[in-house]
Amino acid sequence: MPDTTNAAKATGLQIGDPAPGVKKVDPILVADNVTRNFGGMTAVDVAHVEIPRGVITALIGPNGAGKTTFFNLLTGFDKPNTGQWIYDGRNLAGVPAYKVSRLGMVRTFQLTKALSMLSVLENMRLGATKQTGERFFSALITALWRKQEKEITERAMELLARFKLDTKADDYAASLSGGQRKLLEMARALMTSPQLVMLDEPMAGVNPALTQSLLGHILDLKSTGMTVLFVEHDMHMVRTIADWVIVMAEGKIVAEGYPDAVMDDPAVIDAYLGAHHDTDLGTLTGQLEVAIDDDDSLVQQITDEIAAESANTGSTDDRKGTA
Amino acid sequence: MDFNFIILAIGQILAPQTIAFALAALGLAVCFGFTGLVNFGQAGFMAVGGYGFAITSVKLGWPLWASILAAIVAAVIFAFILGIPTLRLRSDYLAIVTIAAAEIVRYTVKTPTLNPVTGGTDGINGSSVAFDAINPIPPGRYGIGILTYNQDDLWVIIVGWVTVAVAALFVWQLMRSPWGRIVRGIREDEDAVRALGKNVYWYKMQALIIGGVLAALAVIINIVPTSLQPDNYGTQTTFFLFTIMLLGGATTVLGPILGSIIFWVVLSLSDGILSLLVSNHLIPITQVQQGPVRFILVGIALMLIIVFRPQGILGNKREAHFGA
Repeated sequence: MPDTTNAAKATGLQIGDPAPGVKKVDPILVADNVTRNFGGMTAVDVAHVEIPRGVITALIGPNGAGKTTFFNLLTGFDKPNTGQWIYDGRNLAGVPAYKVSRLGMVRTFQLTKALSMLSVLENMRLGATKQTGERFFSALITALWRKQEKEITERAMELLARFKLDTKADDYAASLSGGQRKLLEMARALMTSPQLVMLDEPMAGVNPALTQSLLGHILDLKSTGMTVLFVEHDMHMVRTIADWVIVMAEGKIVAEGYPDAVMDDPAVIDAYLGAHHDTDLGTLTGQLEVAIDDDDSLVQQITDEIAAESANTGSTDDRKGTA
Repeated sequence: MDFNFIILAIGQILAPQTIAFALAALGLAVCFGFTGLVNFGQAGFMAVGGYGFAITSVKLGWPLWASILAAIVAAVIFAFILGIPTLRLRSDYLAIVTIAAAEIVRYTVKTPTLNPVTGGTDGINGSSVAFDAINPIPPGRYGIGILTYNQDDLWVIIVGWVTVAVAALFVWQLMRSPWGRIVRGIREDEDAVRALGKNVYWYKMQALIIGGVLAALAVIINIVPTSLQPDNYGTQTTFFLFTIMLLGGATTVLGPILGSIIFWVVLSLSDGILSLLVSNHLIPITQVQQGPVRFILVGIALMLIIVFRPQGILGNKREAHFGA
């Protein structure tokens, strides 16, 4: 397994200082003025963003920031109200999802979509592109697709071996664990031989032992020349493997840059990761700790409440806050 | 007591009606069992195919091959009409649209204004002329005991079962090919298949067309020895087909065929037993009530299958699904 702790990070990706919408030296995807409204709510409002080619880009931000919606728009699973995006020199606005995938931009889903009643191997084979036997009339004559099927199976088994799923090849995908399904979904996406792999929360629900190997697989993608764009909440993972980080909040791109710089940017930490991410906001003392930073009247209010609580119950324990 | 009904029930194994329902249920299995399309309009496809065949052969005097082609084309057009607006939507919409469309077809052909073309509520007789004209079997009676067939009945049965065999081979080959892998993937999760670069919409359309064409062929076998009656293609027929498909196994090729045989034999047996009991005053119902009671039994059987054996007789338990 590749050493994920000392993975070489790319540098010199951007032109000028890192800032939201900064130009990249070699972008694979350029999106302009992409907006998506749900009723009165603007879920995505991206003025300009460029995804650098051949490296790993992380898309982070709080829940509801519009990351997954942006993913859906880029991959054709949802239609934007305005905007266009150029992938590898081709405008993809209005292109249906299956064509986006055929162009080499393949995605996975936040809620894993393993095809449960197909075997693991069949899941993999499904990913292969340009299959003769997928056309109705060719499907009727086995001789037309037998050879290709064999090649696809070999490639699938190689990939499965890389993802340590080869022993499960003949089992129904339904019998896999949550983490294994994530691996299967990623492996299946690779069967399409993509250029740009878009992973929606690849680590969600994966146990720590598998996390390390998943990180290794994502780094492998980079080393084989693919571009990776992923959405993730696990900050450790972002810091470890991402070359570039884009921060979204309330539908907009609010910060961009190299992971260490972006994640140490106090504004980003404060607003989007939470300055007190280690603090338990369920307790009054925890709330006090947060309030001290910015609001004196709130500090007074919470202090009073703590005093009142102690008087009422005769206890000095942290009580669940009701404020 | 008269136990002839047992022999008649055995006769159902080969009967044209069994063949027709086997074919139509196989088509339904392609839609529902393999692709996951909730098609509640299989009777509508049968009606459209039946009228395509009967109108062209009886009213227009087309040759047999042209009439068969007309039935197939009619089913394909019907599949497009139903599929274009609904296959992009969630599967429940297809269910609603197909069940309504099948009823629209049935009421339309019964309209008195259309009597000269569709025969109204009387339907169309005489579809068998062209079919019997190419019958190579010499006239006579064939069979054993009271189970005998004239040359025309035997001709329909032979052609019918050959058609079933060819259709079963066709579906089996499709489902083991990469094409079948895609439609089974669509049944599980169409977004995942779409994300892998497959044109999901077009595959669903193809599955609906195949299901419809098999229904159209089925109805030809059904109307040649009898006649085309619009009321034979109501929702009841669709539910019979669902019962047959689920009984045999919705995700199998031979299931719908076995299901059709069992269904018609059991229905015929239950009819015989019920009338025996009624005529000997062993159960407190009248002969008029006897018919509906049979269908109550069918309904109960359908419920029992879904609860206790959702995969059907031949199905694999793990592949059983009532997904949408």
